[in-house]
Amino acid sequence: MKRIVLLAITVALVFAVLPLFLGDFYINLGSQIMIAAVFALSFNLLVGYAGLTSLGHAAFLGLAAYLSAWLTTRAGLGHGSAALLSILGTVVVAGLFGLIALRASGLGFLMITLALSQVLWGLAYRWVAVTNGDNGMTRLTRPQPFGIAIDSAISFYWFALVVTLASFLLIAIFVRSSFGNSVNGTRDQSRRMAALGYDVWMIRWITFVYAGFWAGVAGLLYVYYNKYIHPTSLSITTSAEGILGVIAGGSGTLVGPIIGAALVTFLKNYVSSYLDRWNMLLGFVFLIIVLVMPDGIVPGVRKLWARLPGGRK
Amino acid sequence: MSPPDDVLALETIGLCKHFGGLPATQDVSIKVRSGERRLLLGPNGAGKTTLFNLITGDRLADSGQIKLFGEDITRLPTHKRAHRGMSRTYQIITLFPHDTLEQNVALGLLALRRSRWNIFRPMAPDIRDEARRVLGLVGLERLASRPISEIAYGEKRRVEIAMALAQKPKVLLLDEPLAGLSSAERADIKALIVGIPRETSIVMIEHDMDTALDLAETVTLLHYGKVIVDGTREEVVADQRAREVYLGH
Repeated sequence: MKRIVLLAITVALVFAVLPLFLGDFYINLGSQIMIAAVFALSFNLLVGYAGLTSLGHAAFLGLAAYLSAWLTTRAGLGHGSAALLSILGTVVVAGLFGLIALRASGLGFLMITLALSQVLWGLAYRWVAVTNGDNGMTRLTRPQPFGIAIDSAISFYWFALVVTLASFLLIAIFVRSSFGNSVNGTRDQSRRMAALGYDVWMIRWITFVYAGFWAGVAGLLYVYYNKYIHPTSLSITTSAEGILGVIAGGSGTLVGPIIGAALVTFLKNYVSSYLDRWNMLLGFVFLIIVLVMPDGIVPGVRKLWARLPGGRK
Repeated sequence: MSPPDDVLALETIGLCKHFGGLPATQDVSIKVRSGERRLLLGPNGAGKTTLFNLITGDRLADSGQIKLFGEDITRLPTHKRAHRGMSRTYQIITLFPHDTLEQNVALGLLALRRSRWNIFRPMAPDIRDEARRVLGLVGLERLASRPISEIAYGEKRRVEIAMALAQKPKVLLLDEPLAGLSSAERADIKALIVGIPRETSIVMIEHDMDTALDLAETVTLLHYGKVIVDGTREEVVADQRAREVYLGH
């Protein structure tokens, strides 16, 4: 664990220096990658570690974003208390959704999570009085954590970097904890886990809520960055992009979701400025990943590394 | 003569379970004394594993009662039964294939500790030490760091038993612990089972008569989900119906 912490901090320091040499376009791309990365990290808790594939995880990202937007504009709260309440609200809804969705696993779980997230999406679209519907909520502001403005591209980037680092470390600690070990166990042999004395349902529910919490954190970053929120943030497209990132990078690995999220965000934001049909390219890239590295980039690279002469197994 | 109820480790009373129209368990009542070694016999489809699944809570009985040391556990969730001292092994190997042997056994140990809920700290080192010690008991200490997927079938059987033994169960349910093993491996497992302390009551499903009858003190013979014969080893071996249904000749 110490190695991971040191490594993560070192990498974060490198990335903290990087924007000093880059233009705003790339700095903003970096911020968007980090937002997608936090979302993918939280998604990976479900998909990779708990073996619960959801298609509705964006519900928590979008919900936290909407709550923050509504609380800061309509309710006139400050950013600090709005952030706390948004996360709290998201966690409560994740708890309720978990109660419903975890009655099933596998395909049933997938469909229920999808249905529940579509309910929120529908609300965001139709409940115009609260959400402003398809026009989305505009003229939002960014918070000033500890009185520091994060309105410039580079200051927001640093803010996002700190949040991403914290998310990564806390998720890494979770995954390697005693509880994390039992989460893996319920993924591989749920019957045996119950026979050993683990409350499988409770383990899954806690993981679901914890993943919801971190998706909420990603949602706050998302709404701070865009200063705008639209129902798309809750949609299946957002969930699908998240899950693509997890699978491409390597589900059930710590770093995989970050790499995958970076890839998806890069293709979506960078390549799309040159190619109208960037979705097609995304498709091709995934096809190649699935064919060459079916477990994702991180496990794939690890395998290649092991094959090198002198590489360790 | 039925034993007095206060020393009963495990008791089922009129247990029934149907799968659709198929009665898998019909009015099964057995009494297992503390420290007893009980063998469950019966042809394929007699309902032996179903009975295990009812006892552990993998499936819920349609009617009847299950008692563990006098406490009614008929409706208790599986994981709570484990905390009351029940452990089982599986006929079909049910291990964590990507994890090491040590991690497998450690998961069994962690299951009974409060620290299993800790989301900030890794498993305590003493759990790992204890896991290695238990692996030593089944002769697998040297393989402790290998993943399950890399070890031989006979070794996996031993990990199955090690996982259950690590929990120091009061009632241990062994579902065909000798299935698919060579005669040398069977002798090893037999020695292992003989060595289990008397604080643990054992109920075992096993088809290998030579070994199983040696291990058992009492035998229950199931046929089409019903108890046909129940008694000491000698009584059952001498029983006419037992010969017809199962033992042959």
